[in-house]
Amino acid sequence: MTLSAFLIQLLNGLAGASSLFLVSVGLSLTFGVTRVVNFAHGSLMMLGAYIAYSLIAGLGGGAAGYWAAVALSALAVAGVGVLIERFLLRRLYGAPELLQLTATFGVVLIVKDVVLALWGPEDLLGPRAPGFSGSVNILGSAVPQYDLLLIALGPLVLFLLTWLLRTTRWGILVRAASEDREMTAALGVNQAWLFSGVFFLGALLAGLAGALQLPREPANLNMDLAVIAEVFVVTVVGGLGSIPGAFIAALIIGVAKALCIAIGELAVFGVVLSFPKLTLVAEFIVMAIVLALRPWGLFGRPPALPRPSEQRELLRPPGRPLHVIAAAALIFMALLPLFADEYTLVLLTDISIFALFAASLHFMMGPGGMPSFGHAAYFGLSAYAAALLARTLPMESALLIAPLFAGLAALVYGWFCVRLSGVYLAMLTLAFAQITWSIAFQWDAVTGGSNGLTGVWPAQWLSSRRAYYWLTLTAAAIAILALWRIIFSPFGYALRGVRDSPLRAAAIGIDPRATQWAGFTIAGLFAGIAGALYAFSKGSISPETLSIPRSIDALVMVLLGGLQTLVGPVLGAAVLTSLQDSIVRHTEFWRATVGAVVIALVLFFPDGLAGIVQRMGVRGRHPT
Amino acid sequence: MLELKAVCAGYGRAQILFDVSLSVAHGEAVALFGRNGAGKSTTLKTIAGLVRAWRGEIRFAGARIDLLPSYRIARAGIGYVPDTRRIFTELSVAENLEVGRRAGGDHSPVWNAERVNGLFPNLRELRDRSGGHISGGEQQMLSIARTLMGNPSLLLLDEPSEGLAPALVEQLAIALRKLKSEGVSMLLSEQNLRFAEGIADRACVLEGGHLRFEGTLAELERDADAKARYLGI
Repeated sequence: MTLSAFLIQLLNGLAGASSLFLVSVGLSLTFGVTRVVNFAHGSLMMLGAYIAYSLIAGLGGGAAGYWAAVALSALAVAGVGVLIERFLLRRLYGAPELLQLTATFGVVLIVKDVVLALWGPEDLLGPRAPGFSGSVNILGSAVPQYDLLLIALGPLVLFLLTWLLRTTRWGILVRAASEDREMTAALGVNQAWLFSGVFFLGALLAGLAGALQLPREPANLNMDLAVIAEVFVVTVVGGLGSIPGAFIAALIIGVAKALCIAIGELAVFGVVLSFPKLTLVAEFIVMAIVLALRPWGLFGRPPALPRPSEQRELLRPPGRPLHVIAAAALIFMALLPLFADEYTLVLLTDISIFALFAASLHFMMGPGGMPSFGHAAYFGLSAYAAALLARTLPMESALLIAPLFAGLAALVYGWFCVRLSGVYLAMLTLAFAQITWSIAFQWDAVTGGSNGLTGVWPAQWLSSRRAYYWLTLTAAAIAILALWRIIFSPFGYALRGVRDSPLRAAAIGIDPRATQWAGFTIAGLFAGIAGALYAFSKGSISPETLSIPRSIDALVMVLLGGLQTLVGPVLGAAVLTSLQDSIVRHTEFWRATVGAVVIALVLFFPDGLAGIVQRMGVRGRHPT
Repeated sequence: MLELKAVCAGYGRAQILFDVSLSVAHGEAVALFGRNGAGKSTTLKTIAGLVRAWRGEIRFAGARIDLLPSYRIARAGIGYVPDTRRIFTELSVAENLEVGRRAGGDHSPVWNAERVNGLFPNLRELRDRSGGHISGGEQQMLSIARTLMGNPSLLLLDEPSEGLAPALVEQLAIALRKLKSEGVSMLLSEQNLRFAEGIADRACVLEGGHLRFEGTLAELERDADAKARYLGI
């Protein structure tokens, strides 16, 4: 590789780092003050790109029109950000952070469908920026002027933000509120304005980044999640809430990726390594190193310990009424195939699989206290493993072995994740899931890329829908009961002890990190069982199996059912799966519908369905 | 000026205050006594709006304030100084004062950084020091100074002398007497009877969230029984 080729890639990486910084710093800033991680931040950037596309077309091709369009797009997105803050987040500032995160996930779904409805599914490539469409000759190679513009913009924004926060009264108030909201209010500062202002600024930067990205990358519907995953990596590496941290982290990651592309294919001991495909892994390695050395990121500080006094409904062992109801439901479910048609059987199989999937996530989030936004990684990984193993092994063995791969992945990812807690942990799980998805999406030779793998069929004796349903039902029921057993085993109590107070748990001899790591791995393993069952029930799998929306589905099932109950996830899986089945058949915009349901749920029924049932009097017995 | 009528308050499901009624007249300083956990801090926090009153009424200058958000209560002229000081450690001393700066009503004296530094001379040299890198006593001064920057007409002080060296306690008492002489009303919670004697006109004693005693400090001083029961002296 020549020096000039390397230089080009480096500058390209730096340009990418600049726009990544613009988005990340907005998230960091809004988190600092409001303590809400806005999952819709990537959606705001996507919106910026689409709005810019239309405005640039509308305002004509001149330079003035172009840059006015860019500025207007940023302002429009800022307006959307303020609306989100005013009408959604403001109602949730006192709510548990998990519900806040979930509500912003609802916004992600709605924005995606709005964009789909307004601009359609096609990728939209914008024109080149007037005045910056040429290239500059540096060391004998042509470097796009636009890249240089972006490279300059990053430090400029860093400088302006630093100035704003260091010297203006507004900035001092923002910093004060980031540290102690309550005291700031007690000194007479109206936080509503402060929060709206910060959201305006954060959304403005995201919108600007989106508009500026247009000449480099077409506006597309995958931008939101792709961006938010990268932003999470940047903020976790740089330290959540730190502005210089976001800048440095964006630079490191941008340069690391550029290096991978620049190195290209390299033969090591006869094995050809394709470094350009390793860009995602590069990000992962950077993050791994940083987290191992500094768990709160380069410039971050440890968050205050969660208050142990948070009031929760006690999770009770299943009492006799629940046993009776569960047994009756199981018998009913087992008898259903005698009457049901093929279509219903497929739906019932799905429900059983997702009930287990949701139960495994519930295990991690409820008793484990580890919110995951990337649980589909383990589900999908196992599904892929099952499909690949079934090529050489009998289907039964593949079904049994595949979940171990999910467990292994959870073991590795979990090692990093349990170093963090709360929102940090959730962000990291999402980043891992997105990385896993990208690998499945890009590794054509093994995973079949975007097409996935086909011809994943069960063994002869399970080939009828009815037989496979019975297998699924049995496996899922046994696995869910096993999870319940673990929850009320000494290990389960230790897990909840660590959740409620890591310090007290450590003081009585429980290793908090090891306990959580084990819990994380168990949850991954059980999600894997569901994933393997899923692969053989569908006959084919695609990267969608481990995509973020699938993780969100599981999350919604758990929250819909209710986090503080045992039957919640099962109930949630049944309701959401049937609901989705009917929504998908009736409307093209099922995502927005699900998003709206999620937001309504968070706002009006934070205890979930099982919470409602429980309040009506069906309770388990007290632990003895 | 300030009047609490049968106020009940608490955290979560735990009730801390039971029908607490007390009042502070204009220009008066009232000391709130009680052991740890008696409800002194909760009373002050409830007035400042950091804890919601479940029942009862709180009036300030004739208007009800118990339903207002805390920033409106502060703007109405009630300055709250927390017991843990709650200095913004990532802000400099001068920036801490800036957060508290607000123009007051007509009656209150006008405070600015210059006058606040006159009251607490130590702060002047610490201007650019980070709020996290000053001593506990300096933080206490800064916390009061920061609240004064909002020009309050009533100051709520939560255990201002707690954990301070004796010399600093004396300095603080002088500063508070000066404030009082300028017409700032005060409600301060204390465990230190001696400290309060130099400042307060009246005493209220809380026990287990109930108001048990109300009278002058001299009366409390004479009442050995009450002192033993409520204050453990």
